[in-house]
Amino acid sequence: MAGGRRGNGLAGVLPIAISAALFLYFLAMIPDVAASGALVIHWQWVPSLDIALSWRLDGLSLTFALLISGIGTLVMLYSNSYLRGHPQYARFALFLTSFMLAMLGLVLSDNLIALFVFWELTTITSYLLIGFGHETPKGRRSALQALFVTGAGALAMLAGLILLGRAAGSFELSDILRMGPEIRAHEHYTAILILVLAGAFTKSAQVPFHFWLPNAMAAPTPVSAFLHSATMVKAGVYLMARLHPTLSGTDAWLWSLTIAGAVTAVYASFKALSQTDLKQALAYTTLMALGTLTLFLGQQSGYAITAFATFLIVHSLYKAALFLVVGCIDHATGTREAEVLGGLARAMPITAAAAALSALSMAGFPPFLGFIGKELKYAGALAVASEPMFVAGAVLLSNALMLAVAGVVAFRPFWRRNEQPLPRAPHEAPWPMLAGPVILAILGALFGLWPDLLQTTLVDRTVQAVTGGDLEAKELKLWAGVNMPLILSIATFVLGLLLYAVHRPLRRGLQAFFARMISLDGRWDGFLDAVKGLSAWQTRTIQNGRLQSYLTITFAVVLVTLGGTMLARQVWPAAPEVGEVRWSHIAIVLLIIGGTLLAAFTRSRITAVAGLGVVGIGVAMVFIVFGAPDVAITQLLVETLVVVLVAVAMLRLPFLDRKGESDWRPGHLLLGTALGATVTAILLAVLETPLDRRLTDFFETASWPEAFGRNVVNVILVDFRALDTFGEIAVVVIAALAAYALLRTTAGRRP
Amino acid sequence: MSWILALPIAVPFATAVLAFLARHSAAGRWLSVAGNAALLVAAVLLMGTVWNEGVIAAQMGGWPAPFGITLVADLLSGVMVLITAITGLAVSVYALGDINERKEYLGYHALFNVLIAGVCGAFLTGDLFNLYVWFEVMLIASFGLLILGGKPEQIDGGIKYVTLNLVSTILFLSGIGLLYGMTGTLNMADLAQAVDGVENQGLLTVVAMTFMIAFGVKAAVFPLFFWLPAAYHTPAFSVSAVFAGLLTKVGVYALIRMFTLIFDHDTGFTHTILLWVAAFTMVTGVLGAAAQSDFRKILSFHIVSQIGYMILGLALYTPMALVGAVFYLVHHIVVKANLFLIAGVSQRITGGSDVYRIGGLYKSAPLLAVLFIIPAFSLAGFPPLSGFWAKYIIVKAALEAQGWLIAGIALAVGLMTIYSMTKIWAEAFWKAHPDGRQPRLTDMPQAHRRPMLLAIGGLATLTVIIGLVPEPFVQFAERAAAQLLDPAAYVAAVLGDPG
Repeated sequence: MAGGRRGNGLAGVLPIAISAALFLYFLAMIPDVAASGALVIHWQWVPSLDIALSWRLDGLSLTFALLISGIGTLVMLYSNSYLRGHPQYARFALFLTSFMLAMLGLVLSDNLIALFVFWELTTITSYLLIGFGHETPKGRRSALQALFVTGAGALAMLAGLILLGRAAGSFELSDILRMGPEIRAHEHYTAILILVLAGAFTKSAQVPFHFWLPNAMAAPTPVSAFLHSATMVKAGVYLMARLHPTLSGTDAWLWSLTIAGAVTAVYASFKALSQTDLKQALAYTTLMALGTLTLFLGQQSGYAITAFATFLIVHSLYKAALFLVVGCIDHATGTREAEVLGGLARAMPITAAAAALSALSMAGFPPFLGFIGKELKYAGALAVASEPMFVAGAVLLSNALMLAVAGVVAFRPFWRRNEQPLPRAPHEAPWPMLAGPVILAILGALFGLWPDLLQTTLVDRTVQAVTGGDLEAKELKLWAGVNMPLILSIATFVLGLLLYAVHRPLRRGLQAFFARMISLDGRWDGFLDAVKGLSAWQTRTIQNGRLQSYLTITFAVVLVTLGGTMLARQVWPAAPEVGEVRWSHIAIVLLIIGGTLLAAFTRSRITAVAGLGVVGIGVAMVFIVFGAPDVAITQLLVETLVVVLVAVAMLRLPFLDRKGESDWRPGHLLLGTALGATVTAILLAVLETPLDRRLTDFFETASWPEAFGRNVVNVILVDFRALDTFGEIAVVVIAALAAYALLRTTAGRRP
Repeated sequence: MSWILALPIAVPFATAVLAFLARHSAAGRWLSVAGNAALLVAAVLLMGTVWNEGVIAAQMGGWPAPFGITLVADLLSGVMVLITAITGLAVSVYALGDINERKEYLGYHALFNVLIAGVCGAFLTGDLFNLYVWFEVMLIASFGLLILGGKPEQIDGGIKYVTLNLVSTILFLSGIGLLYGMTGTLNMADLAQAVDGVENQGLLTVVAMTFMIAFGVKAAVFPLFFWLPAAYHTPAFSVSAVFAGLLTKVGVYALIRMFTLIFDHDTGFTHTILLWVAAFTMVTGVLGAAAQSDFRKILSFHIVSQIGYMILGLALYTPMALVGAVFYLVHHIVVKANLFLIAGVSQRITGGSDVYRIGGLYKSAPLLAVLFIIPAFSLAGFPPLSGFWAKYIIVKAALEAQGWLIAGIALAVGLMTIYSMTKIWAEAFWKAHPDGRQPRLTDMPQAHRRPMLLAIGGLATLTVIIGLVPEPFVQFAERAAAQLLDPAAYVAAVLGDPG
């Protein structure tokens, strides 16, 4: 990975400084939050839309903020070495820092819409980071998939948040969190729940929206550690926890979270064991953790929520550490394949130690925090009112599988005998890359030995925030006496070690099983192809490139709309009064009809133009018969000009081809006739209404005394409505200019 | 006061004449830039006046309304003129690098400025027939611009464009005739009052539908949008940018004007139709885009799709929805024009417009990547860019009106928009160029690069500003929408105080 020898300069250092400063800031906020419960700051943003940059710092958001900025600091430090000298490091650092700030904004927002804004910012930065390897099709595909799946969920969620805000009458969480009973009784509760969960489940990769997450591992390893394990994917979990006081407590909430969480946890655990790529295995264990967290958020008991709060921290610590360890292994040996790696402990002792400590926490061995987390999980599962055995069973199975995976990922590569040659001779990673795993691993042990450090600072207040202050946090302790959770723990160790012992044949079995199962990731490309196929079909149908069909559709729309409106609004003209009919009238009508038919049925374009000219002359004659000779002269002049110009244009523009046209077009005849009849009917209906002569009267009276012109029409043209005339002159001039340009540019182009 | 209303029309016309006279030299292009800068000043003055004093009107030739022609500006007209001036300035600067001397000699700058004059005239006129005249000015000027290169595909697109638009023009004219026959007036404020006295309200609805179709063609709604994707990918990039930004929006503006000011008598019928039109326009446009691979064809179909959102704002016909429509109009013009400008730079340095045959921009032209991602993600509705607020307001309005289905469609179309924008991003920017080429901005001569990037950068900055500080824009849109829903001030400004 490491390219050149140059460092990353400011782009390397600045993100570390920013995240460290933020971490220290949040650390300093612990006493305040522990004392007061929740701090709220309100900044104006878009008051017209009830959107504010208001911030809320309580146990839940502080826990997240510390994880984000703390792990962020370590990841920034790590990345600076991991991608040392990479030509695109500056933008990488920019995206990663932007992501961190967006994520902080997400967990600190008190305003639902502001929260959504930050939510989407994490989506975009995640997209850009997954696509870091942008020249490979796999990188681009994974980036799009993540964006599309989480983006779809986010849009549903937006609708849900709007409805929630309307139901509560406020977009501020401070208000919404107090309104649980009202919201749960609201007519839109179910819609709100479904829409919000769509956002949360896609973001936190719950089955069946999980498939994007393993693919997101196309990103560089520090990104996977930070976004796709420790922080961003927990945004969905965060949202569910955040809205727990408002939305939880109904059957719909309980069952959707319990089932989605349990299925995700168990499915992901098996899937994790079936992987040979260490990073992929870790990706699935992340899924398992997300499922478990979701499962516990479905519940109401103090144990379940305490388990959630604890496991949230446990998981972030060990999972970030293990991802970074895998990055070190990859960095040092050039491979992440479980069956290739071995015997690394000798060359990478510090990495091995950090890995071991994290793995023990992950596997849930005492005295690590993971053990406490696991005990609480069992306590929480048993406290589930409705189906304790289902929940406890799911937790037990996934925990045992986790233990086996911990062994595969963090134990075996270091301690088993080296059987195959490695791509590169292993060596210890530089200190900035070791700092993260080591510190995180030590914290896992530290908190396990002194759980009070977490209890009073974060866990109590987190539980309070998630339950809305209804429930006290349960106590975090290593030894709680011999009880059911302990027995289940022992069962987990036995089962887990057993699974680890047989994990290789088991893996082959699982691989064969999953190969036969429906893979949503496999369907993804088919889905995109279907979208493309539908689009292409639609476009071929509508936008087929033929002017004739465009015109037909346009006229048909006119006919259907006008005719339909007449029917809908019952507009029908009375039969018009026909006055004296003279032979000359009939002759003119016949002339017009004849011209129309000629234009419609001729094979020659020039004849068609001439036919239309005949129609125009007929219209001029109508003007003459009804006493408007000046209009008739204008009409004759225009008509002659049009015929000549169109004829010339047709001679000059031979590339108007006639492909696909036939001479007999009954459909067009019908359409034209119907349209003409409809417009005539409308016209007759309009003529029934008396004409308001205000304007005419004014023009006639004002023409001479005020505008000094005897010819009213002329005065209208040059004075009353001079602006129209000015515009029309511009039209004529521009038409001439355009025609000139056309003739100039197409000259010599004739075939 | 009348000069302040006439300036936005007079300035571009004068610019056109001067630019035409100077078309043999470089002075022409700089005159165009100066003229558009002057237009911007005039538009700002106009906007300031309307903001402070309310609706203003001027009677051309001194003939009182409804006998002469009235120019009138409310907040919607004012902001449309302002955004036209901004677009005009950006595109005229961009043209410094984009338009070759041959096109200049054939009168590019004159045509361009006449087009701008026509657009401003359409936004400012208070007279229905005069609006028709401005439509004609726009149509002929845009046709001239479209065929200026003389390439066969330009002629082909131009003919489809002009033919279908002529159908719209004829319908518009027929509608004017019918409406005049029923009311005896052409002045829009006068019409607003006169239609109330029309006995046969059903017939009025029928006539309203002729206007809906006529402006529907102009706005490129389903199923009348054929001319747009047929033509917009063919002319010079400056031309397609100004078309993309402004032309369809004049149609949308006219629809909003007519169906708030005059035809608000049967909203249960007319606005329900508009709602379905909006839905189909959004969906067919976005699917059309998904099927394309040419940079500008993708963008063209997206214009159609986005028009649907604006029509939706009109169709819902609530204060919030009209706020959304106004906000959407302004946001969209900036973003869409800019994307076409970017397509031009991309074509210059990658040598192609089919996104599957170009690439490498992210790696070797990162500045362009930044400039693209701002309008592209804004168009896709990502926060905190302008498009998010536009979409948010519309969707919120739809949900408030209990339009569950239409809100769902609007959101789903947003997702498909993301899909198209990321297609351009993934193929043209992320993917390596299939020819192994490393497209760099420095491949363009400095004299071209600087103005083109300046224009793009300016519009992108505006998008970011609207996104980060939306409050003044929302407040503005709220006042504009209030004026639309209660046209009393508009009518009073045109016809004088009642009594």
